[in-house]
Amino acid sequence: MTTPPRFSATFTPDVNAEIRRAADTGLYDIRGGGAKRRVPHFDDLLFLGASISRYPLEGYRERCGTDVTLGTRHAKTPIQLDIPITIAGMSFGSLSAQAKEALGRGASAMGTSTTTGDGGMTDEERAHSTKLVYQLLPSRYGMNPDDLRRADAIEIVVGQGAKPGGGGMLLGQKITDRVAEMRTLPKGIDQRSACRHPDWTGPDDMEIKILELREITGWEKPIYVKVGGARPYYDTALAAKAGADVVVLDGMQGGTAATQDVFIEHVGLPTLACIRPAVQALQDLGLHREVQLVVSGGIRTGADVAKALALGADAVSIGTAALVALGDNDPRWEEEYRKLGTTAGAYDDWHEGRDPAGITTQDPDLAARLDPVAAGRRLKNYLSVLTLEAQTIARACGKSHVLNLEPEDLCALTVEAAAMAGVPLAGTDWVPGKR
Amino acid sequence: METVDLATTPLRDLNAALQAQTRETNRTAWEVLNPRGVHAIAVGLDAPIQVTVRGSTGYYCGGMNKQAEITVTGSAGPGVAENMMSGTVVIEGDASQYAGATGQGGLLVIKGNAASRCGISMKGIDIVVFGNIGPMSAFMAQAGRLVVLGDAGEALGDSLYEARLYVRGSVKSLGADCVEKEMRPEHLAELSDLLSRAGADARPEDFRRYGSARTLYNFKPDNAGAYG
Repeated sequence: MTTPPRFSATFTPDVNAEIRRAADTGLYDIRGGGAKRRVPHFDDLLFLGASISRYPLEGYRERCGTDVTLGTRHAKTPIQLDIPITIAGMSFGSLSAQAKEALGRGASAMGTSTTTGDGGMTDEERAHSTKLVYQLLPSRYGMNPDDLRRADAIEIVVGQGAKPGGGGMLLGQKITDRVAEMRTLPKGIDQRSACRHPDWTGPDDMEIKILELREITGWEKPIYVKVGGARPYYDTALAAKAGADVVVLDGMQGGTAATQDVFIEHVGLPTLACIRPAVQALQDLGLHREVQLVVSGGIRTGADVAKALALGADAVSIGTAALVALGDNDPRWEEEYRKLGTTAGAYDDWHEGRDPAGITTQDPDLAARLDPVAAGRRLKNYLSVLTLEAQTIARACGKSHVLNLEPEDLCALTVEAAAMAGVPLAGTDWVPGKR
Repeated sequence: METVDLATTPLRDLNAALQAQTRETNRTAWEVLNPRGVHAIAVGLDAPIQVTVRGSTGYYCGGMNKQAEITVTGSAGPGVAENMMSGTVVIEGDASQYAGATGQGGLLVIKGNAASRCGISMKGIDIVVFGNIGPMSAFMAQAGRLVVLGDAGEALGDSLYEARLYVRGSVKSLGADCVEKEMRPEHLAELSDLLSRAGADARPEDFRRYGSARTLYNFKPDNAGAYG
């Protein structure tokens, strides 16, 4: 008598498929997006809502503010946002010009900011973004003082959640003439972005770099420092000590245009695990709310926004969700996803430049599929829903501003989430790790 | 001549005054006294003015310069003329790490030695060093020319793109994908021009040229070892 087939829990079909792929090609798997594995996340938290001891606000009558100002510490001209949700840095090059324009249109319509990316600032994105954050990355592709001055804020990128400690990569198939020119490199070659800045190393140097940027821009612009979620307490403390106005903290669910899958899935911390240590660092320095904290990586709903704010963030940033709002991975392109060997919802080969939705591509025919006006309207709608949802929760918790949400409004569904978020396990007063 | 004494004038006031100059300014000659290693002196300038810093500077002197001619009579700290767009920066003494990093244009002349990572990620700047340069110079250099009258340290031109490197002395080692290349007449001509503009007393014929072998431009598994 034969035993029934038994599959390994260690060598799953996915694992075996990857072993075969690696054996066939000799290449590690490169893809876009953020961590796909299940990690403790905002879904593991719940709001308590008002009750006898808390007093709610009337849903459609009583005001619940959503505005936030970033850069109040040192900048002469801080950024005023109408909503606490910004658009994360994504480059022209990784995204089509149409997609960048759509991001600018949608964000501007909601009174919030967009961010450039590894490749410089285009005139189109400047024109379509009323508030534009200009990234200073290790590659310094396209970096110049004129764009520094026409930006509304400057973001020094030390790392990102998808790959803390890693550099960037834009593969040759996406390097068109215009992208190549902006980056001062030959057309069609792989563009590697260094993992470290070329002209400074540690936090003491970064403090001097921030001084230089302030001197070049007349101390007008807020200066953000973006870090990937790795050592959030110390990274936040060191960024604040170096003089940052804003710390942007990106967890491992945060996306990238292209990186090794092994890097995305195995390096860095979940977003949920990053927030409380970062807030604690700012509180220990007496800088919480004076140095604003922007959290990103896996923000999808107004509940996620509200939870991040309740844990102490001043704003959140979205990337992947914004692309989905524009039309990324839309089932309407299913037939073409199938031709690429994937399916809507799972497409992540953004680096190959063959995106049926016309977003992560430089192919003119594909890019033309995205109507920037219509896509911008979709992003506006989505941002509006996120804001309304966050307000709904804040009012239910009795808050007249979303920034008044606090950890005491939360509980956790799992021991892990309770420990990471520093809030009690649901139905108990137990916060793991605290007496 | 406009004279600004950093012993009594805040850095912000100096940079604001220099940055306020326009293409049409008649305040074209500036002298900065007592720099005492202060960081970010004369950064973000955008006018055809001459600035002489009498002494030594800290980090990022002349950073992102456009048009201006900046001379430092002493030595310069890390990142001198970083991301320079145009104009000229002359260091009479030595330069620390990352001199001319990511520079996109203009001419950087270092009359002493330059430390490690000189010309890192350069994107069009020309750099002429009268002395030696340290290790990992011209790392990922994309465009522009680096001329060294002395010796070059280890791993010159590692992961080089299209920048051209000219070295008169010895090269301790070449970095990944950097190779010696033939010195053709057009190279001798451009080198002669660079030496002349830098005021360097050297013969182009005495230099060797190095550039990218272009084997790492597109990732191939067989090159994995070269990526370290």
